[in-house]
Amino acid sequence: MVEVAFFVGAIGALGGAVAVIALRNPFYCVLALVVHLVSLAGLFLLLYAEFVAAVQIVVYAGAVMVLYVFVAAYVGGVEEPLWEPIPGQRVVAPLLAGALFIELSIAILGTALKATGTEGPTIGDGFGSPASIGELFLERFLIAFEAASVLLLIAAVGAVVLAGRRGEQGEA
Amino acid sequence: MPVEWYLVLSALLFATGVAGVLIRRSPLVILLCLELMLNAGNLALIAFGRSAGNEEGQIFALIVMVVAACEVVVGLGLIVAMYRRRLPLNVDDLRGLRG
Repeated sequence: MVEVAFFVGAIGALGGAVAVIALRNPFYCVLALVVHLVSLAGLFLLLYAEFVAAVQIVVYAGAVMVLYVFVAAYVGGVEEPLWEPIPGQRVVAPLLAGALFIELSIAILGTALKATGTEGPTIGDGFGSPASIGELFLERFLIAFEAASVLLLIAAVGAVVLAGRRGEQGEA
Repeated sequence: MPVEWYLVLSALLFATGVAGVLIRRSPLVILLCLELMLNAGNLALIAFGRSAGNEEGQIFALIVMVVAACEVVVGLGLIVAMYRRRLPLNVDDLRGLRG
C-alpha cells in the first residue's frame, strides 16, 4: 500500500517537473508546478510530515502559485527563440543534468549511513503534528523563526521597491 | 519504503531543475525551475528527518519554504520591473552586467 502511494506520488512529482521544463507556454509550466507540489505533499505525508504537507498545499501550491499565475498572465506568453546562443546547449544541458543525477545517486547509494537503507525508526503518535512543530519552533528554533519573519518583511518591502511605479517620470 | 528511495527521487528532481535552468531562457520559467530544486532539497531534508527519527528536518524544510517565498517575491518583482521598462524577458539578451 505504501509502495503504491510512493510510486503514484513519485510519478506525479517527476511528471510535473518534466512538464515544467518541457512546456513552452509559461502559464502551463506554472500549472505543471502545481501538480508537482501537490504530489510532493503526498510524499511528505508518507514521511509523517503532516504539518509540512499542509503548509506545502496551502502556502506553496496555493498562495505562491497564485502569485506566479498573476505574473504569467501580466507578462503574457514570452516567445523563446529557437536559435541557440551557445552551440549545442539543448544537447549538452540534459547531459550535464544526467551526470549530476548519477553523481548524486552514487553519493546516496554509496553512503556509509546505514539508516538510509531502512524505513527509519518507529516514531510516536504526534510526530510532525502542528503541536510538536510549533513547540520546536518556539523553543529550540526561536532565533530561526524570528529571522524568517524579518526576512519575509524585507522581501515584501524589497518587492514593492523593485516593482513599484516610479519609472514613469523617466528616472531609474 | 526505505529512505533511499526518497533520496534518489529527490536527486532526480534536483537534476530536472538543473536541466531546466540550463535549457530555458524565460526568467519566469527559470524561477519555476529554482522552485523545483528547492523542493527536491525539501524532500531530502524531510526524508533525512524521518530516518533520524526527529522533526528537525521538517523545521529545516519549513525555513527553506520561507526562503523560497522570499526569493519568489523578489524574483517576480524583478520580472515585473523588467516588463514595465520594456526590457526583453530573455536571459540571453539581458547581458548589461557582462564585462
